[in-house]
Amino acid sequence: MADITAASIHAAKAKSRSTAERHEARNALILSAPALILLLLFIVLPVAGVVFLSFTDFELGYSGFKFVGMDNYTELLTDRTFRQSLWNTTVYTAIVAPVSIFMALGFAMLIEAEGIGRSFFRTAYFLPVASLLVAMATVWQYLFHPTIGPVNQFLALLGLPGPNWLGSAGTVLYSLSIIGVWQSVGFNLVLFLAGLTAIPRELYSAAEVDGAKSAFDRFRLVTWPMLGPTTLFVTTISIINAVKVFETVKTLTEGGPNKSSEVLLFTIYQEGFVYLRVGYASALTVVFLAILVVLTFIQYRVQDKQVHYA
Amino acid sequence: MTSTTLNSAVPAKPVKRRSAANSFTTGRIIRLAILIIGAIFFLAPYIFMLSTAGKGQSEIFTSSLSLIPQHFAYIENFAKAFTRVSMGGLLLNGVIVCGLILVFQVVVAIPCAYAMAKLSFGAARLMMALIMLGLLVPIHATALPLYVAFDKLSVLNSYVSLVAPFTISVFGIFLFLQFFRALPNDLIHAARLDGMSEIGVIVRVIVPNAWPAVTAFAIFSVVAHWNDLYWPLIVVTNQAYATPPLGLLFFRAAEAGDDYGALMAATFIITLPLVAAFLLAQKRFVEGITMTGLKG
Amino acid sequence: MSALSLRNIEKSFGANQILKGISLDAAPGEFIALVGPSGCGKSTLLRILAGLESADAGEIVVGDTVITDMQPADRNVAMVFQSYALYPHLTASENIAVPLAMRRLSTLQRLPLVGPLMPGQRKAVSEIGRDVREMAAALKIDHLLDRKPGQMSGGQRQRVALARAMVRRPAVFLMDEPLSNLDANLRVHARGEIVELHRRAGVPTVYVTHDQAEALSMADRVAVMIGGEMLQLAAPQVIYDDPAHVEVAKFVGQPRINILNSHVMSGGIVAFAGAICELKDKNITSGSPVTIGFRPEFVKVIAGDEAGESGLRGRVERVEFLGSEIIAYCRLDAIGATVVAKLTPAEGGKLSSSTPVRLDVAADHLFVFGADGRRLAADPILQTNTAELAHG
Repeated sequence: MADITAASIHAAKAKSRSTAERHEARNALILSAPALILLLLFIVLPVAGVVFLSFTDFELGYSGFKFVGMDNYTELLTDRTFRQSLWNTTVYTAIVAPVSIFMALGFAMLIEAEGIGRSFFRTAYFLPVASLLVAMATVWQYLFHPTIGPVNQFLALLGLPGPNWLGSAGTVLYSLSIIGVWQSVGFNLVLFLAGLTAIPRELYSAAEVDGAKSAFDRFRLVTWPMLGPTTLFVTTISIINAVKVFETVKTLTEGGPNKSSEVLLFTIYQEGFVYLRVGYASALTVVFLAILVVLTFIQYRVQDKQVHYA
Repeated sequence: MTSTTLNSAVPAKPVKRRSAANSFTTGRIIRLAILIIGAIFFLAPYIFMLSTAGKGQSEIFTSSLSLIPQHFAYIENFAKAFTRVSMGGLLLNGVIVCGLILVFQVVVAIPCAYAMAKLSFGAARLMMALIMLGLLVPIHATALPLYVAFDKLSVLNSYVSLVAPFTISVFGIFLFLQFFRALPNDLIHAARLDGMSEIGVIVRVIVPNAWPAVTAFAIFSVVAHWNDLYWPLIVVTNQAYATPPLGLLFFRAAEAGDDYGALMAATFIITLPLVAAFLLAQKRFVEGITMTGLKG
Repeated sequence: MSALSLRNIEKSFGANQILKGISLDAAPGEFIALVGPSGCGKSTLLRILAGLESADAGEIVVGDTVITDMQPADRNVAMVFQSYALYPHLTASENIAVPLAMRRLSTLQRLPLVGPLMPGQRKAVSEIGRDVREMAAALKIDHLLDRKPGQMSGGQRQRVALARAMVRRPAVFLMDEPLSNLDANLRVHARGEIVELHRRAGVPTVYVTHDQAEALSMADRVAVMIGGEMLQLAAPQVIYDDPAHVEVAKFVGQPRINILNSHVMSGGIVAFAGAICELKDKNITSGSPVTIGFRPEFVKVIAGDEAGESGLRGRVERVEFLGSEIIAYCRLDAIGATVVAKLTPAEGGKLSSSTPVRLDVAADHLFVFGADGRRLAADPILQTNTAELAHG
């Protein structure tokens, strides 16, 4: 008798718990439904769509399309514009990402070590991040103007010949890189500053007592490893942002002169929204997405291996 | 990095280093010199923008290195900037678009993040997978199909087309999720015992406690969408719906030539709101960027 | 010869003088505890010893070397930090190896990739590895050597931190509250271990703590610091039985010493309850204010209030039963102050709240402190007609 009562109480408890759980699950589903629907509508479906379109010859303005299999991708391989674009994006990234990371780290350590003007320097370096890039690119265009631009005027004062910064195929990518570095250092710097202040002071004391005499020793023993997670994040975001360069190219060069500043997103934009070759542009987009996936994957791997201390 | 690190006071540095704090050693002078040269590099565009916006055409062509205009042409240049393109309209569009995007993102993301952080349900794992995927996918990747769809629905050149793709921010969900997980469960249990519904819990308990995350996200979102050129460029051809960056492109196209005075004036007007907001609320900006950066 | 000596160390942060001329000598192998409330300057003194802060004035000598202006790296002092300050990205063995690598290898030899190519590097590295393993074996942490600090418990981290400090056989050991992050059980256990390790190392140890029990139980001598001054430096027993300053008396001992205000009577007599003392310094005029102190265990509590008995009348306010002892809080009728008494269960078993009592204090356990807090030398006078004097 007693056993039976206990068993039935158990059953009742289990039942009530499962109703509570069902109730909770239903609430959770209702609360996340808008996000789920929008996620499917604006991210999952379009991504599927872009992959799908990359196998078609769809062009805006023409009704109907047919499957062309891998044609768009094989065209990519032989497309000189695409190869140029991929190369330019790589060069731009290879300049902007490391320079903006190390400049930011260097300035962050100098600011951290310096007593006066901390907030002034931080503000000055961060200002470009809060500024409209299209607008500031216009200012840079003026600064880089071959004849009336202050940069070349200044070089002329020193007796140096100024290049046609944004106007010649040889220098345009470097000029854009300068703007890219100028724009992104502040963001990295703020993250490094936060990372630096989070390093326990006792570690530096321990390093000194342990015999780390020079600033370089302390940097190697404490600062650099302790900044590991920040550096990894800053590196990933810097590379991804550099790969996504578009605003300055669209505003200042339109990919020119002679495609020497053609970058990935600009090519996609041109093909898809100017020439309206949606199918081909989709294939380009898939390549772009694949690059992002690979970069993120590498980040996760490094994160798991290298910078997890816990 | 948790948010508590950000909110708690920065640990006090040892007041005294080996060299007295106020003495100028060689090392310190070099350090300051580097910092000042750096600051000049970062501030130079702003200085020249302000200077050139006040110069007449001829002066720009003759003496671009002198910072103070000989004849103040601010009024002419700003007048040009205001008349060629409707600056007020551009800024208003910027505010409307960023405002709508932010409201939708927050209203959609917070309940979802709450459900994922504090309630258990079957779809949570799927949601998490979708969010990790979504973090990877920028608007540039989804633009083509969205453009085709918006074209078919005839909603190009409208606020709808500018706002709709950004109503969902996976990054927002991710950020709030991290933040909500850190809130104690007892807080929510207590609220439920007090008789609150799940919506009540979110509005009266979660959001007030998640305020730092909300401001951080707001700053991140507004900076991102105020500056975005790619998507507006694609869906808007009608100046009436142009956002600030797009409007500046139109203005440049309309000017065509080298009227840098007017161009700098327009640049100044369009850059000012966000820069002013940054200068006024610097601490929040930096905290916001740090928090969103380190969570992301 | 002293193994470590500090002479007149002064330190100010801005207008705030943290250390007001501290001097201290430690014999070879001596364990000195610096104890005091937070903000008393004990940690600053330790950091000055380590070279992490510089003193404004004064001199530090280790053996026969003046190290006052040396960098921490050159001082040959080792320190265990409150948070242990282990490098989180290095394993236990790498952590322990750091001080050796920093001293035995050149900057080039320490570099990755390039380092192993340098002459002599391989041999030095294997010696370091051997020393690290020896140290780990001595501290019984061999099994932890491949773990990172994040994968260790607090107690294990503390041992690794000790190993890192000891491995290079420093001339002086510094410890900054190394036990404060351990839970209570482990802490008591670790006290014994640290003392044992100290004994084996045989070098002077300066140990900072805010826990007086830790200081009394571990140290050969205890330095009590309050407000930037070292008020007393003596063996634990002396600190407890013979405090030089009212603040020392108050800081040491649990429950806290009873402190009451009083004044000098004619003939340099100071009296309380059954105790009478005569000040040695006859220049102190009668009527001068003094502070008297007596430890709770020297208060005798007699239940009942029959007239004519010695001692002060009072009433029990509260009784705390602690197992082996009983703490009685008694309010004195005459002066309205509360006196704490520590009694054996046999003595205090019958006391309860509001029991009328008489209190007696032994004269040879009565401390008298002057207006500046310094102890005044006094001779106990054998009990005579005490009740009258106390009221007089």
